[in-house]
Amino acid sequence: MTDDPPLLSVRDLTKHYPITEGVLRREVGRVRAVDGISFDLRAGETLGLVGESGCGKSTAAATLLRLSEPTGGEVLFDGRDVGEFSPTEMKRFRRETGMLFQDPSSSLDPRMTAGESVGEPLRIHGMADRERRRRVVADLLERVGLSADALDRYPHELSGGQQQRVALARALVVNPRLLVADEPVSALDVSVQAEILDLLRSIQDDLGLATLFISHDLSVVREVCDRVAVMYLGRIVELAPTDALFADPEHPYTRALLASIPRLDPRRRGRAAELSGDVPDPADPPAGCRFHTRCPEVIPPDGIDLDRARWRSVHDLRVRLDREGIDADAVRRGVVAAGGADSVAAVTDAQAAAAIREEFDLPAPLDDPDAEAAVAAALDALLAGDERAAVARLSATFETPCATDEPPRLSTAPAREVTCHRHDPTVAASTSPDGPDAPDGPGGSDAPDAPGP
Amino acid sequence: MTDPLLSVRDLRTQFDTDEGVVRAVDGVSFDVDRSETVCLVGESGSGKTVTAESITRLLPEPPARIAGEVRFDGRDLLSLSEAELERIRGGRIGHVFQDPQGALNPVYSVGWQLREAITLHRDVTRAAARERAVDLLRRVGIPRAASRVDDYPHEFSGGMQQRVVVAMALAANPDLLIADEPTTALDATIQLQILRLLADVQAEFDTGILLITHDLGVVAEVADRVVVLYGGKVMEAADVYDLFESPAHPYTRALLDCLPGRGRVEPIGGAPPSSTDPPDGCRFHPRCPHAVPACRDGDQPPLAPVGGDVDGPAAASEGSAADHAVSCVHFGPGGDPSAVLGPGDAPGGGDE
Repeated sequence: MTDDPPLLSVRDLTKHYPITEGVLRREVGRVRAVDGISFDLRAGETLGLVGESGCGKSTAAATLLRLSEPTGGEVLFDGRDVGEFSPTEMKRFRRETGMLFQDPSSSLDPRMTAGESVGEPLRIHGMADRERRRRVVADLLERVGLSADALDRYPHELSGGQQQRVALARALVVNPRLLVADEPVSALDVSVQAEILDLLRSIQDDLGLATLFISHDLSVVREVCDRVAVMYLGRIVELAPTDALFADPEHPYTRALLASIPRLDPRRRGRAAELSGDVPDPADPPAGCRFHTRCPEVIPPDGIDLDRARWRSVHDLRVRLDREGIDADAVRRGVVAAGGADSVAAVTDAQAAAAIREEFDLPAPLDDPDAEAAVAAALDALLAGDERAAVARLSATFETPCATDEPPRLSTAPAREVTCHRHDPTVAASTSPDGPDAPDGPGGSDAPDAPGP
Repeated sequence: MTDPLLSVRDLRTQFDTDEGVVRAVDGVSFDVDRSETVCLVGESGSGKTVTAESITRLLPEPPARIAGEVRFDGRDLLSLSEAELERIRGGRIGHVFQDPQGALNPVYSVGWQLREAITLHRDVTRAAARERAVDLLRRVGIPRAASRVDDYPHEFSGGMQQRVVVAMALAANPDLLIADEPTTALDATIQLQILRLLADVQAEFDTGILLITHDLGVVAEVADRVVVLYGGKVMEAADVYDLFESPAHPYTRALLDCLPGRGRVEPIGGAPPSSTDPPDGCRFHPRCPHAVPACRDGDQPPLAPVGGDVDGPAAASEGSAADHAVSCVHFGPGGDPSAVLGPGDAPGGGDE
């Protein structure tokens, strides 16, 4: 089966949205919603595309279906470039791809009965015989678990789960070979969610569809997908068979996502490691690895002897200075508000530095003398008004490939890919193996335990 | 024994609609104590949000009609005037809603909105209010609070907006926080941050928290006690450990069985009850695998204690006074719990 050519092949797909300004709509930047993703999808296979909101998963789906024009890269359907399709071929491509969306009440026309909604694609694709359409539709509605009397019901007469069944029937009515389901169960109650997932699985088994299943919910993805691609800020950071991904996540982001799934076991509450901060703006993605600004496992520089938490604090300070800056006057006002001084002018640099150290959880002095010297010098520069010198000082001492070099896409096992410096042998060799933060597997003490079966 | 912070007894909220009377909440009772987190769990249409909004009468009346008793720190909220209620809302009772965008006004800075929440309930100077606003933002984990206080809601991410909403709810140091699906609109990694924030706030101020959610994962993470709602009725009320380890009501058990991540996913089947014409007897009986003729008649069975360690029959009639109570004929007088639990699966055991 693995010898079959993939039905869908996505190569370096990118979709950027320009940010324009002024009446001339001059481009001043671009939102890198999807920034070079690649994967294959075979008939009969379900691939999960997961990530937090804004990671680009829905844009990826819309772009590969040609609902919006990609900025770059190519999409091969059945071995042929979708971008080169003639209008006739495009119509055929539309028929061979079905979509299922999150909110069935907005994807169904409120003025059409369920039967009309499901039959509409048949009419558009040339089945003129009304009676035949009605028979096909009735069969299909039964297949998705609706009784024949649903045929003449309007969406508002159906429950959310029934509406989603109608939407699924509509997606399937023209016998597509590829189904793209974008958060198909997120708007449904858990009991209904289970029914729809059940239905999707059985349809998949019967029809041998290739399915791209987009979701933010890893526990749902685990139920239905054969393989999972994890996206962060427009990139795929890890791609692996579902069991392997859950048993042994390789990317720190995947680990963090898995850890954030609530456990359903009150005796194990509070175990999950919290991921700090927010997803950065996709219009200004971080240099190097895009996850380094939040990654709990950023590779520490050579010769710096700090424990993991402290190193992360130093890195946080550097990231904040570099990406947002720190307003020294606001820090001084904070000291005044806390009762440390009578006026902003009276705040000493030592007080301000102490306030910044406290915010970033950086004790004075740090255990490592070189690290301490660099942090102290950077804070001095910042409080003297030279933010750039502060960034330069920190970057020079705390050099890490995570913040400067784009991580390569590495194959760590058959059918597994991860985009992380920690798995790069050339980087691993240069970091001291006996350092305080030697790369370790998910068995490390901070590693989250995978959610129980 | 002191009175609970919040005590809800036989709460009934109805709406008159064209299709008939909708009994959204139909005789719901529960307590919330200081430092305690009580979760109201249910699917859509279970009445959980209407329950939350009936407590401080946020629902417009009419169309809503609210009856029953809601005692907050000894006062019956349902008999207070609108003016008196306004002092309590946002004062001693803070609210956090699902959608932070809806709770924040886009045309005012977050600092302005926080100052309004502060000065509404306290007589403080402008400067002091601003200082308190910054302090609140800092406390809910907004970085650079002193400069961000002048930013507008759209300049914050969804997770940060929800932190601002929590900060507003905390502005008057409330004794009780009512949070309706506070993390549902947020990503999983941010959800965890907000839940931890609520726990920290509670630890610091002994706040009672009533958390409304459909997500049993959230319940497992934060609840002390859980009230399971279905069709406007309480199906089961239990300590969080009992609920997950020895669930009694067939609905609770079915709900747990259809969650991914707990072994085989088993859909419940059937449809939720009609809001205008609910079934007689137990609301769940049309979908219940253990239904017997006794389930089909009369009203919802009274809450009965689960397990042998309940102090006397008085606890049963009080309902929420029992630690673990369930509304099911199999657990009531003359019923046999093993019909639901299966032989050898003793209730209240916990260990397996």
